[in-house]
Amino acid sequence: MLQWLYKLGSPRHFYEMTTGFIPWLSGITFFLLIVGVVWGLAFSPPDYQMGDNYRIIYIHVPTAIGAMGAFMMLACMAAMYMIWNLKMADMVARSIVPLGAWLCVLCLLTGSLWGKPTWGTYWIWDARLTSTLILLFIYVGMMALRNAYDSETAGAKAASVLALVGVINVVIIYKSVEWWNTLHQGASELSASDVGTNPPEIWIPAFFTGFAVIGLFFLMLILRTRNEILRSEQRTQWVQDLLKQELEEVATDA
Amino acid sequence: MLSAAGLYCERDERVLFSALNFSVEQGQVLQIQGANGSGKTTLLRILCGLNPEFGGEILWQGQPVPKVLEAYRKGMFYLGHSPAINKTLTPLQNLHWFCALQGFNADNEILHVLSAMGLRGYSDIPCYQMSAGQQRRVSLARMQLSAATLWILDEPFTALDKQGVADLEIRIAQFARNGGAVILTTHHLLQLECPLTVLNLDTLAGRR
Amino acid sequence: MTVARISLGLRSSLAATLRRELQIALRSPGNIINPLMFFVIAVSLFPLGGGANPEWLGQIAPGVIWVTALLAVMLSMESLFRSDFEDGSLEQLLLSPQPLYFQVLIKVLAHWLVTGLPLVLMAPLLAYMLALPAEGYVPLIVGLLLGTPTLNLIGAIGTALTVGLARSGLLLAVLVLPLSIPVLVFGAGMVETALNGLPVSGIAAVLGALLVLASTLSPLAIGAALRISVT
Repeated sequence: MLQWLYKLGSPRHFYEMTTGFIPWLSGITFFLLIVGVVWGLAFSPPDYQMGDNYRIIYIHVPTAIGAMGAFMMLACMAAMYMIWNLKMADMVARSIVPLGAWLCVLCLLTGSLWGKPTWGTYWIWDARLTSTLILLFIYVGMMALRNAYDSETAGAKAASVLALVGVINVVIIYKSVEWWNTLHQGASELSASDVGTNPPEIWIPAFFTGFAVIGLFFLMLILRTRNEILRSEQRTQWVQDLLKQELEEVATDA
Repeated sequence: MLSAAGLYCERDERVLFSALNFSVEQGQVLQIQGANGSGKTTLLRILCGLNPEFGGEILWQGQPVPKVLEAYRKGMFYLGHSPAINKTLTPLQNLHWFCALQGFNADNEILHVLSAMGLRGYSDIPCYQMSAGQQRRVSLARMQLSAATLWILDEPFTALDKQGVADLEIRIAQFARNGGAVILTTHHLLQLECPLTVLNLDTLAGRR
Repeated sequence: MTVARISLGLRSSLAATLRRELQIALRSPGNIINPLMFFVIAVSLFPLGGGANPEWLGQIAPGVIWVTALLAVMLSMESLFRSDFEDGSLEQLLLSPQPLYFQVLIKVLAHWLVTGLPLVLMAPLLAYMLALPAEGYVPLIVGLLLGTPTLNLIGAIGTALTVGLARSGLLLAVLVLPLSIPVLVFGAGMVETALNGLPVSGIAAVLGALLVLASTLSPLAIGAALRISVT
């Protein structure tokens, strides 16, 4: 097991191992997604309080958890890069950032779609939405910082420092926004517990969509990281051979 | 004193040098030569520890530098392109802080050194009121005050007039004779009264 | 010449750095005056923009003063490392055998004394101009006293990351403002809680804890960021 993890640290082995992952990971993810979405949207019963509007949480809650979880993963990768100088960790970190940002955006969009019929407004300064907004700012800042550097290594290190600083901050930010919310007694929170009592028919689809979002995240992460590997290792022999092979295959197909 | 083994560095997808080995012993003056952009400044910054983006090992007194970092920093003096002098402060204030950073107070020496550099009477004037050459000499005064045994100098003769150049050459030779080591780059034609070793990055890399 | 040299311990070399920072700051009074003027002018924009009704002003005063203080601190961060970076003094700091951690901490302390402390001292006057009720003054000052050093420390991380970049002003804002939100929330919240008649010692403790956390951890980040920027 440890050997396998160790191997993942080499860009070449990562690329080769994940080539096998992709088909079955995509299969499972799309299965979970379809089941979860169809069940959640069409078949689970309407909530006695909110009618059909609550269904958006099937997407909203997983994306919120995903955005935060992605940040934690990012911080781990940043730590691995700074401590052990693992280039692979930085490539994964670099691929996580845009995905995390998109999860934030989706969370905010689905949150506002829920807010409109429920509270009459597209935007509400509640704890979760506000924290997610701030998290989005941090993700964007990280992309901006990395790109502002001319030297790639310097940019990678700077982004890692920011990620490590950010992870400590994010927890504090989350707690401070929660406290801020209670202080100002703003509108109630869009939490999953608003969905009355939770009979199984309601939260089982949530498991499906939850895992589907996680699966989608890892799938996109692997795809992006593979691209990143090809881009940054383009001058190595194995990438050149691989590309030649691909070009030949395309040529023979055409 | 200082030795480098297997140094590798690339910048902007160009390999500046690879498998570079050399060493500098007491009393030796090593000049790094090469055309503009050949990596001379990069090499010096790698040696002094400002640039961590390289492969290979650097040894100080036989030990890898990361293990003896504090001793290395105490024993090494780096002069880069920037003079490391704050223009709003006086030479005295600048040099006082420099000595404090190195871990000692040498206020009584500072005035002597400034006089020796031809800056007698300037010690209490803010540096922005001095010419570029005078500011350079304040910067070089740091060299005199440091307790380092290895000097790493990047283009030290910049902005100096003929007298300043001659003085600096004498000082470098004297330092080497007293057992110090010097690594430097310069476009100036060195006329030192001590043996000079040359390392040419271009010929080593097979360029030219 | 064999003139005796006095060896300096950590405290003395830190004192020398502090002295240098204060000397430099006092010679460029703009670095002190400008953030302060920004603070005063920006706060004055709110009544000009939104009306001078004292009740409304009094309500928004805590938030306005805190947000403007945050922006003023952020704008003043440029002067922390920029000139040292440009004249090469930063390199010498990084190459010195002295531990970078404490040198950085002292630099930020000196910077706060020169840019942050004046804001704290000016705040009561601005609070009066914004018709802040009487119960709010002490929490405002205490909060700013505890909060502005933290903001300086967080801002220093951002400045250290961006000092090597050209035209880094807005990037600094994008990086530092989100990280400063907890201090803002608790600082302004402290004043509001006091205005509601509730005890604020707990919130002050939180601000104090944030300051302690920032002063222990941020020099590590600042040092790492400086080494990256100087490469």
